[in-house]
Amino acid sequence: MNLVEVHKLHKHYGSNHILKGVNLDVKMGDVKAILGPSGSGKSTLLRLIALLEPIDQGSIRVDGIVLARNEDGHRKRHHEKDLAILRRGIGMVFQKFNLFPHLNAIDNVALALTTVKKIDHRNALDRSAEMLKRVGLSDRMSFFPSELSGGQQQRVAIARALVLEPKLMLFDEPTSALDPELVREVLNVIEQLAADGMTMLIVTHEVGFARKIANEVVMFDEGEIVETGTPEEIFTNAQHPRTRKFLEHVL
Amino acid sequence: MDIFLNAIFSVAYLKGAGISVALATLCQVLAVILGFFLTLMRVSKNKILSAISGIYIWFFRAIPALLLLMIFWFSIPEIFPLFRQHWYSPFIAAMLGFAVLEAAYMAEILRAALISVDEGQPLAARALGMTPSQVMRKVTLPQLIRIAIPPTANEYIGMIKYTSLATVISLQELLTTAGNGVNKTFRYSEYYAAAGVYYLLMVSILMFVQSRIERKFAWISITSKESQKAKR
Repeated sequence: MNLVEVHKLHKHYGSNHILKGVNLDVKMGDVKAILGPSGSGKSTLLRLIALLEPIDQGSIRVDGIVLARNEDGHRKRHHEKDLAILRRGIGMVFQKFNLFPHLNAIDNVALALTTVKKIDHRNALDRSAEMLKRVGLSDRMSFFPSELSGGQQQRVAIARALVLEPKLMLFDEPTSALDPELVREVLNVIEQLAADGMTMLIVTHEVGFARKIANEVVMFDEGEIVETGTPEEIFTNAQHPRTRKFLEHVL
Repeated sequence: MDIFLNAIFSVAYLKGAGISVALATLCQVLAVILGFFLTLMRVSKNKILSAISGIYIWFFRAIPALLLLMIFWFSIPEIFPLFRQHWYSPFIAAMLGFAVLEAAYMAEILRAALISVDEGQPLAARALGMTPSQVMRKVTLPQLIRIAIPPTANEYIGMIKYTSLATVISLQELLTTAGNGVNKTFRYSEYYAAAGVYYLLMVSILMFVQSRIERKFAWISITSKESQKAKR
């Protein structure tokens, strides 16, 4: 069963044609790594699947709910409030963490539980503590983001997304803003999630990591998917010249 | 010297200072509320709301405070009978006049603060499924307030001093009180110095309060607050 179905998706920013007819299916339990040069539209795709931005053309179906805009201009309008409810089933982790600086680690995780899920404060704190423990931060619960390392901040951000029990996790270059020695601790958490069966889409430049955890690698360039395949196929026997060129640069 | 000390410890001065502080505080509170809505209108996608807010800000930044006081005390009652009644005192007129003026300035301060909240913040909040009003209340507003505190405190301090303009509509605030003393005795220095001391005192208290509020918005854990104290 497909959790996500992206069909002929187009997105423009001004005169920039960012996504040019992207098709992508994600099944329950899939771990897909999206590779590609900077500015190729990978992050935009993730933001659209996270329902954070309107689409220009094509459709996205997430967990049976369709967001669409047809070529004939017939548009299905979606109210921000309705989208907010749909977004609860999707967890998103950003390159720059985007932790709330005015809240300590545990309140960062608990905020969505109390405001979005209306769980009482004590219960929310219990569940948030549990989640922080899972990402190895039991001893940092009362620390504010400014007092945490990048790797710790990103792990809090992962806990913040996980606490809503999403069906799908989206990672937008989760380790790109980290110092090299902090990358591992974040990748370990994501690997553990994959092992637990979480459905994930990961935009990453960590090729070795992608090879290890993904069941499919999606090669993205200039707003299009140029090639998809198993990590074996892509990394040892890439068909498309653009894939080969990209891999030459990063391997 | 006696005149100076007598003035400082007189009930009239204390009352005058009280009126100045009360007026400034009410104006500032009203201006922050009104300014916040002006900001929301200004940044809204609705072009009409945005234009109304833009015109408001343009107009009240252009009109001098003194002129506005005159308008509120003399012209408005002339035009609207409602304002000819007993309740419309110099205090009320000054409060309304200063508040609508200050709201224009506060709108600009709050807009600047709103823009400087990192755009990743509302994005992350939306990704968690928060509604627009939850995003504003729980994520954007606390960060906006922190940025807006120093310039708002500046405005508040300015407002305390602005209240002295209300002497022209015979509000018995601090400077009017000093003027009364001068008129009776022709001793300028003592009465005006006493007023100066009051202004210094009021602003000092405000600055102290500001520093306490800013400390509340430091966003660091208690343990590191203590270690910072230890370092000092």
